Amino acid sequence: MAEELLVPITADVDVVSARQKGRELAAEAGFSSGDQTVIAAAISEIARNILMYAKRGEITLRTVMNGDLDGVIVVARDQGPGIPDVARALQDGYSTSGGLGLGLPGARRLMDDFDVVSTPGKGTTVTMKKWRRRHA
Amino acid sequence: MEVPILKQGHYLIASIQSALTDADLSQLREALIERVGKYRSRGVIVDVTALDVMDSFAVRTLRDIAHMARLRGAETVIVGIQPEVAFAMVQLGLTLKGVSTALDLEEGLAFLDRQARERSERVQGRNPRG
Repeated sequence: MAEELLVPITADVDVVSARQKGRELAAEAGFSSGDQTVIAAAISEIARNILMYAKRGEITLRTVMNGDLDGVIVVARDQGPGIPDVARALQDGYSTSGGLGLGLPGARRLMDDFDVVSTPGKGTTVTMKKWRRRHA
Repeated sequence: MEVPILKQGHYLIASIQSALTDADLSQLREALIERVGKYRSRGVIVDVTALDVMDSFAVRTLRDIAHMARLRGAETVIVGIQPEVAFAMVQLGLTLKGVSTALDLEEGLAFLDRQARERSERVQGRNPRG
C-alpha cells in the first residue's frame, strides 16, 4: 500500500485526470463509492485552485495505513502567488477569483484532515486526508 | 469530448457521456444557448447520469445554462444526478438554486410537458391565478 501517484496540473484535462486517479486509488484502498466521489470532488476543487491561482502545480496521491485505519492522502503543491490570508480563504464564499468561493472550505468539509501551508510569493501546499476503518 | 445535443420536438436533450473538462462544459453552454435560438426550443434537458463527480465549476456552468436558456425563453431541467454525487454536492455546499431537476430523462420530459401545458393554459386565460 505504498503507491504514490504524481499528477502534474497544467491544464483543465489534468483536473479530470487527478480526480479520476484519486477515485481509483480510493477504490483500491477499499473506500465506498460514496467516499470515492467525495474524495474525487475534493481533488477537483483543489486541482482547479492550482490552475486558477498558480497556473501550474502538482498533486500527489497515496494510501497509508495507520493502526486499523486506511487512508488516502492528497497533497497539492504549487509555486504560485500564495494565499495572503489562509483563515479567510477557508471561509465559505470568500473568493478572489470571481468563483463561488467554495473550493478550499468545500474541500475541507469533504475530507477528514485538512491543512494549508502558504507563503506569499512562494506557493501553497494543501494536504488533505480521508480515513476509513479497516474491517478485519 | 463534445456533448451530443439531440433535438426532440420543442426540446433539446444534451446527454453527457463521460467526464468533462471545464472547456467541455463551457462549450456545452455555448452550444445549448445557440441552439435554443436556432431550433426555437422551449425546453432543455441536461442528462448528467454519466457524471461521477460534480464540482463547483460544473454546478456553476449548469446553473448558467439554466439561467441563460430561461432568458432565451426555454426552461431547463437537470436530470440524473447520482446519489453519491448529490451527497458530495451538499457537503461541498453546492446548490442548484433556481434550477429544476428531475430523477431521470423520463421525469425530465414529463416536467417540461407539464410546464408547457401550464404555460399554454395561462395564455388561454384558463388559469386565473397565472
